[in-house]
Amino acid sequence: MNPKTTVTVTTEPGGGNPTRFSSGRLHLGDRLLKSITWLSAASIIIITIWIAWQLFVFSAPSRHKFGWHFLLTKTWNPVSEHFGALPFIYGTIVTSVFALVIAIPLGVGAAIFLVEMAPRKVSGFLAFLIELLAAVPSVIYGLLGIFLLIPILRSAVVPALKHTLGFLPIFKGPFYGVSVFSAGIVLAIMIVPFIVSVTREVLLAVPREQREASLALGATHWETVWKVAIPIARRGIFGAGFLALARALGETMAVTMVIGNDPTIRASLFSPGYSIAAAIANEFTEAIGRMYIGALIELGLVLFGVTFIINGVARLLIFSTGGNGYES
Amino acid sequence: MNLNILAAVATGSPSGFAALWPTALVVVLAGLAIWALRLIPKTRLLRKIVNYTIFAAAGACFAIVLGALVIILGYLLWKGAHSLNWDFFTKIPVPPGMHGGGVANALVGSGELLLMATALGVPIGFLGAIYLAEYGGKKFPFLVRYATDLLNGVPSIVVGIFAYTVVVVPMKHFSALAGGVALGIMMIPIALRTTEEFLRSVPNSLREASLALGASKWRTTVTVVIPAAIHGIVGGIMLDLARVAGETAPLLFTSFGNEFWSHSITRPTAAVPLVIFEYATGPYADWHRQAWAAGFVLLISILIVNIIARSIMHLRYRPA
Repeated sequence: MNPKTTVTVTTEPGGGNPTRFSSGRLHLGDRLLKSITWLSAASIIIITIWIAWQLFVFSAPSRHKFGWHFLLTKTWNPVSEHFGALPFIYGTIVTSVFALVIAIPLGVGAAIFLVEMAPRKVSGFLAFLIELLAAVPSVIYGLLGIFLLIPILRSAVVPALKHTLGFLPIFKGPFYGVSVFSAGIVLAIMIVPFIVSVTREVLLAVPREQREASLALGATHWETVWKVAIPIARRGIFGAGFLALARALGETMAVTMVIGNDPTIRASLFSPGYSIAAAIANEFTEAIGRMYIGALIELGLVLFGVTFIINGVARLLIFSTGGNGYES
Repeated sequence: MNLNILAAVATGSPSGFAALWPTALVVVLAGLAIWALRLIPKTRLLRKIVNYTIFAAAGACFAIVLGALVIILGYLLWKGAHSLNWDFFTKIPVPPGMHGGGVANALVGSGELLLMATALGVPIGFLGAIYLAEYGGKKFPFLVRYATDLLNGVPSIVVGIFAYTVVVVPMKHFSALAGGVALGIMMIPIALRTTEEFLRSVPNSLREASLALGASKWRTTVTVVIPAAIHGIVGGIMLDLARVAGETAPLLFTSFGNEFWSHSITRPTAAVPLVIFEYATGPYADWHRQAWAAGFVLLISILIVNIIARSIMHLRYRPA
């Protein structure tokens, strides 16, 4: 609905002329409701800024001591109070990118199936199922990761990968279960439902006439999807990818439970690693001293900044394709 | 983690970015191969083959996604149902390593946290949405919506840090209250979003009819518009609750967890997601059993609330 319509409707009855209904009591109620609701709306802006401000203030000890080197240093030594975030940044990026590389093709493929191939009624029901799966909390994915996924990876997937692609450095070295690889797979499973539902939504928004025109010109069904539907929905799909990336970067529990929690940078995906969110989750309650807590909060600030930027870009992309981007 | 394992990993595998070049080479070669496929002439037959192959691949993608999700959730339900017993709901934890006990305190703690979160987050989101839907404007609503989106995207662990700095630090100890604040903040964006969406779906003719009968703006909003949208709003808030019910990260250093009953909201309290995390990563078999049971209870509650909420929301005035 156009907001302007609402505005015209909300003008007082009588168009501002004094009417017998405009007693002081009624005006009081109007003013009261308007100011209370305005305050609530404004408080959301304030809370968002306040979060950034608190992170900024409480990370001061670490920011002052390490400056920008914090982002580029490999040492993480709570005993000597030398803190560098590089291993965590590396682990976060590698797990998230790995997860996206698996989840985007799968998710977009599944969405294409739902929109283009599945019968309408079944499609709606399947999409509902997948949306329900997006409601599963991350700690449960972590639980399944430890007790179901890691044994499967260890007995079947990893030996097969080593056999076929073992010459690649990213698939070298021993596999102990907890690893960057396991974390990436768990993340991929977690974000797939989200990618499917957003992609499905933007594909459904493609006008029917466009498809029909393409089919009438003799294009095959796939050519219609690839050259007509996907280009129209492209920004929405990119937006879904960005939102999924932001989620993967900030995902905490599932990653903490399967990544191995070892702040070292290694080329092999099979070795344990660490992510920003996992470091905060594991070490915060044990951290002693202003510097250690400051460094962990600065990690939080980095995470906040990155997800802030990515979300901003993603929302712009999704708004501009007509999807509402509310599902998150 | 075992130190020997770490040492073996450190010496046995190549380290650093430099060793990544064979991987990069393979990626580039694969890219070139895909590009070279364009050079093949497009006959009618080939186009048909491509069409069917790709749709088969899309179907396979869907089968993999649904299959994986059904398997893991089926496994959870099977394993969880086997691990449940009556003690789980009625007793509090026994000392580590011993058999038996339950998580009654965590069930109550989670309820308490969710109540506090609802009391804090829902009014802000709900009232804010009334302003956006009924009063409108240009710049301010845009800013509010943008802030809401960004707040929604803030990682939950960061919200936990925020609650730590504004509640735990001044109080000097962990408390259920801090956990409630963290979850409450996480509830605001969805409460606002769904409320606004459903208020907007109320036809303007209803507002006009009410105003034409002489009702003031606030009476129209409170007695006509909100009741017309109430199904969607209640459903949305239930979805919102289901979403934060499983949040673990923001509770780690706010409500912290507790092996005993918590008698005050200014003291640390147990919560179901925290129990799952602690027990799943702990060393005892009986802890693992209880982690499955807790996961089962949490997931079943979340799914039931989701299904009820979605059916309520679809009763009337569905937004386009």
